[in-house]
Amino acid sequence: MALYEHLLIARQDISAQAVDALATHLKTIVEGEGGKVEKQEYWGLRGLAYRIKKNRKGHYVLLNINAPSGAVIELERQLKINEDVLRYITVKVDQFDVSSNKNRRDDAETPRAKPEGEATEEVAQ
Amino acid sequence: MSYGGNREGGRGGDREGGRGGDREGGRGGDRDGARRPFFRRKKTDPFSGANAPKIDYKDVKLLQRYISERGKIVPSRITAVSNKNQRALANAIKRARFMALLPYVVK
Repeated sequence: MALYEHLLIARQDISAQAVDALATHLKTIVEGEGGKVEKQEYWGLRGLAYRIKKNRKGHYVLLNINAPSGAVIELERQLKINEDVLRYITVKVDQFDVSSNKNRRDDAETPRAKPEGEATEEVAQ
Repeated sequence: MSYGGNREGGRGGDREGGRGGDREGGRGGDRDGARRPFFRRKKTDPFSGANAPKIDYKDVKLLQRYISERGKIVPSRITAVSNKNQRALANAIKRARFMALLPYVVK
């Protein structure tokens, strides 16, 4: 079992409830693979720094996962299929951050990015 | 380790530090050469010490201090971040960019 921080961006058009449903769906996936979601955090609808698939905003969800690697593979497989998810990143960590409320606030970040900001690099582990 | 010298203001180590910082190190330091006999304050790594902040890609506020107005990563010879931490910082900024927390480029 290892600790993973999993952050994903969901499409702006879906409702907060739908995001919540998505998060619980992911939770069942992780639990089905013998893992555990230690913490689930919803950051709200934040402005993106650049447009992703025509979206200027996105719902950010952070999951702290304690699970074997198979759970992450399955999780990412499902997210690739899901069209509501714009981006996700999974980072293996030694321990979870205790004070991770820094991003709850809505900051007016410069959304003046090029429309064609499609970064195709796959940083997901 | 050998890069430690540039924090003390050693001229020789300066270039090296810039290269370690990031790939755009060469361009940023154009006016550096002219300011030779200036007094240099000893700078310390903001990420070392007792209550130093943790480098985390989710901490946008922290990372924003280490990118330029254009959105570029600021070289460590300016910010005095140690070589090791600069690498971690660059990594964090790139992750934050991928997750659209930081811009790749500010127009």
